Order: sequence, then structure tokens, then C-alpha cells
Amino acid sequence: MEYLSLLGVLVIVVGFALGLDTVAVVVIAALVTALVSGIDFVSFLRILGKGFMDNRMVSLFFLTLPTIGILERHGLKKAAVNLIKKMKNLTPGRIFDIYLAIRELAGVFGISLQGHVQFIAPLINPMAQAAGKVNGELTPLEVDQIKGRAAANENFGNFFAQNLFVASSSVLLIASTMKSLGHPVSTSGVALYTVPVAVISYILCLFYNHNFDKKLKQKGKK
Amino acid sequence: MTSLINNLLLAFYILIGLFFLAAAIESWRDQTNPVRWGTSLFWFLFAVLFCGGQWLPNEINGGLLLVIALLSLLKQVRVGHIKELSEEVANKTVKRIGNWIFLPSILLAVLALVIAQFTKLGGQVGIGIAAIVSLLVAMILTKSNVKTAYEDTQRMVRSVGSAGILPQLLATLGVVFTASGVGQVTAKAISGLFPVGNHLLGVCLYCVAMALFTAIMGNAFAAFAVITAGIGIPFVVAQGGSAVVVAALGMTSGYCGTLLTPMAANFNTLPVALMEMKDQLGVIKQQFPIAISMLVIQIILMYFLAF
Repeated sequence: MEYLSLLGVLVIVVGFALGLDTVAVVVIAALVTALVSGIDFVSFLRILGKGFMDNRMVSLFFLTLPTIGILERHGLKKAAVNLIKKMKNLTPGRIFDIYLAIRELAGVFGISLQGHVQFIAPLINPMAQAAGKVNGELTPLEVDQIKGRAAANENFGNFFAQNLFVASSSVLLIASTMKSLGHPVSTSGVALYTVPVAVISYILCLFYNHNFDKKLKQKGKK
Repeated sequence: MTSLINNLLLAFYILIGLFFLAAAIESWRDQTNPVRWGTSLFWFLFAVLFCGGQWLPNEINGGLLLVIALLSLLKQVRVGHIKELSEEVANKTVKRIGNWIFLPSILLAVLALVIAQFTKLGGQVGIGIAAIVSLLVAMILTKSNVKTAYEDTQRMVRSVGSAGILPQLLATLGVVFTASGVGQVTAKAISGLFPVGNHLLGVCLYCVAMALFTAIMGNAFAAFAVITAGIGIPFVVAQGGSAVVVAALGMTSGYCGTLLTPMAANFNTLPVALMEMKDQLGVIKQQFPIAISMLVIQIILMYFLAF
């Protein structure tokens, strides 16, 4: 029964889907996979230990944490907020466009922001709500949509730009996994082929946010 | 050259181990954390793996990982109390240096890329050197001393927490999957349903499977090893597709799945709670059109760029 070796995949899927402790789920999935595939316990420990040591490069991004930590202490976020606050008299869609650009740039330079907590809820959403009211009161549905769109733009910027930074954990994971699968790739190559994704997604989002403005405006005129 | 690179990398790994040691010490000193012993041991074991694992038998390293998993499973690992940053310091520095505060981050990214592209040291050594240079620049710029650097390092490592070590564990899982032949079995199962050899079909299968698996698990990193081994390699790379294109676009196809799933709680559910939205799926609904369009676009991109 060679299909038994897929049991580990099932453990991962179910474990992550149920939101169980992620570190434990991953190690248990590895253990289950090895045992049902006929690998004995000691060999499993050896494969696990060697696999971990061979993939240390994935954690190289820890080296960038002291720099980010010092900058945060000295007002990195404050400076970013100052940049964003310069946007005045804008539509909600334009505010999202500018935030998205800043978010993607931050990604390129390896600054990973917890955007929802630090920017979207306290800053971008209130600014967009205020901008939306220029054409008259917003319906509860529209208020909700602006919130959703603000959060969505944070996620777009995060996901479609993070692989532009060669030291991001995602790029390191890609390079390390491809190496163990026998098809090594360079980290700068991964970043390079992410450029079209980042550019196209940004242009797409510009249209998408512009459309959002248009819909809000039409409702305002009624 | 290879031995110089390996020695430099080893030095960087030991340095990371020392970061973990700082996290272990400060977690242990955190009296407010009811599970400070477990949390401290968690970081200490990672410190041992990064500082000494090189010289330990791999059976021992594997055993240490089992202990780490057990600590995590038994809920003995918690972030604990992390000192708030002072607004005053932030305001003062921003007033003094303004947008120069972005310089170290920019330096970090640019220098890492330059070393990767224009020297023989490679991307990983580039990250290490860039990190050290940017740290020194950041310390000079903000007039920080070694003590604050230590303080900020342990604070960052502890607040990143086990989520930071997860990518490496997932990559390790990929190794175990490969050793157990999971890739071959998946490939066999899927090739029973779909023919191998059609480039466009292979690309579609891989990208859609990345998005789908990511949506189910809520985590693209976890999906990547499984789907790339099982579908990406046999259906696309083995058919002559460029590995770097497949890997890069494969991961971002997975992110389209992240945008569509409530399983990715940090991204799609947290903002709902944070902004008190009425519609539980309100964020996902706003993401749906872009996620689907980007998935289609990436399939097209991969088809044309990889072959």
C-alpha cells in the first residue's frame, strides 16, 4: 500500500485546517509519513535532523531582525505614517493605490509590516471612510465594503511583492525546497521572476480600485 | 571559494544560534510568563541546533526537534511579556533624521542583491553580509549601543516566535516527504487521471493545485513542498520547464489560494475582527476577483516563461 505514505499529507491538511499547533503538526506529519513508508524510528530521526540542518538557509532572515528591531524602536512606523498622512483630498480608491505602492516598496526592502494591525485598522480605513463621505453618507454595506477593500489591498501588497526580497523567508524556502528536490534555483532568480507578477497585479489593482471609486460615486448621486 | 562560503554560512548560523540564546535567556527572565521554563527551553534547543548541530550526530538533532515539537504540542511555549517601545524615542529620532530612517532597510535589500548578482559569494552570504552592514549603519544612524541592539534582537526573535522557524520546519518536512516517496505517489495518482507531457495542462494542474491546497491548509509554504514534488516537478519541470520560473510563480499561485480562504486567519479573519466588519467573508469577497484573475495570469505567464 504505497498510498499510505500520503497519510502525512492528510495530517498536514487536517492539522492546519483545524488550526492545531503548527510546529507539532509539521513534525507529527513527518513522523507519520516516515513510519508508514517503512522507515524505522532511528533513521527517521537522522533524516529529520539532517533535513533541518540542510535547510538552515531558510532561517537566514533572522539575521535581518536586529536591524528592523532598531529601526522600529526609532520610529520606522512613525516615518511611514508621516508619508501616508501627506495624502489629502483623495478618493478611497486613490488612498488604497498609494498604500499599495508603499506596501509593495516596503516588501522589496524586506520590511515586513503587520499591516492590518499597524496601518489598515488605525489609519487607512478611517482615511478611506472619511474620503468616501465626500459624496454623501455611506450605507452600512458601503462602510463594510471599504473596510474589506482596505484589508484586501494590504494582502495584495503583501503577497504579490514579498518574493521580490531575496532574503524573505518565502524566497529562501523556495530555493531550499527546490535544492532538496534536485532542481536548485537561485534566490535572485526567484525574485526576478516575481517582478512581472508584482507589476501586473499592481496595474490590475489600480483598475480595480478605480472601479470601486466609480461605484461609490454613482450611488452618491442618487 | 566553496569552503570560504561554507565557513561564512556556518558563522552566520552560529550567530543566529546566539540570537536564539538571547531569546532563551530573556524568556527565562520573564517572570510574567507562566510557562517560562518551557519557552526558554524551546529557544535554547534551537540555539543548540544552530550553534552546535553541525558537530552533533543527526539522530540527536532529530531528537531535539522532537522535544521542541512536544513542548509546542503541550502548550509550553508562549511569547510572554515584551516591553513596549517608547513613543518618545521614536518621535525624537524621526524628528532628527526624518526619512533617513529608511536607509538601512534599503541598504539591506540592495546590498544583498548586489552581492548575489556581482560576486561569487552567492545569495545567502549576501544576505548575511548585508544584514551585518545594515545593522552597523542602523546603529550609527540611531546612535544605538550594543545593549539596545541585544535588547531589540531578543525582542524581535521572541515576537516572531515559532512562526519564524516554521518555514525551515516545512522545508524539513519536504525532505522527509522526498525520502518517503510522497512526490512519486502523488505524481502517479495524478498521472492516472491526467496525461503527462502536455505543457499547458501540466502548468494548469500545478498552479490550480497550489492555490487549492493552500486554500485548504491556509498556508502556501506547507503546500509548496508537497505540490511541487508531486505535480510541479513531474508535470512541468521534467517536461522541460524552467525550474526557477515554475518555483517562483508556483508559490505566488499558492498565494491566490491564501486570498480566498478563511483558513488564512491572520490575513482574512483578523481584519474582520479588528475593524468590526459585519460580513465575516467581507475581506475575501473583495479579494476574489483579483485572486482569480492573478491565478489565470500566472498560468499564462508560467506557460510562456517556463518553456
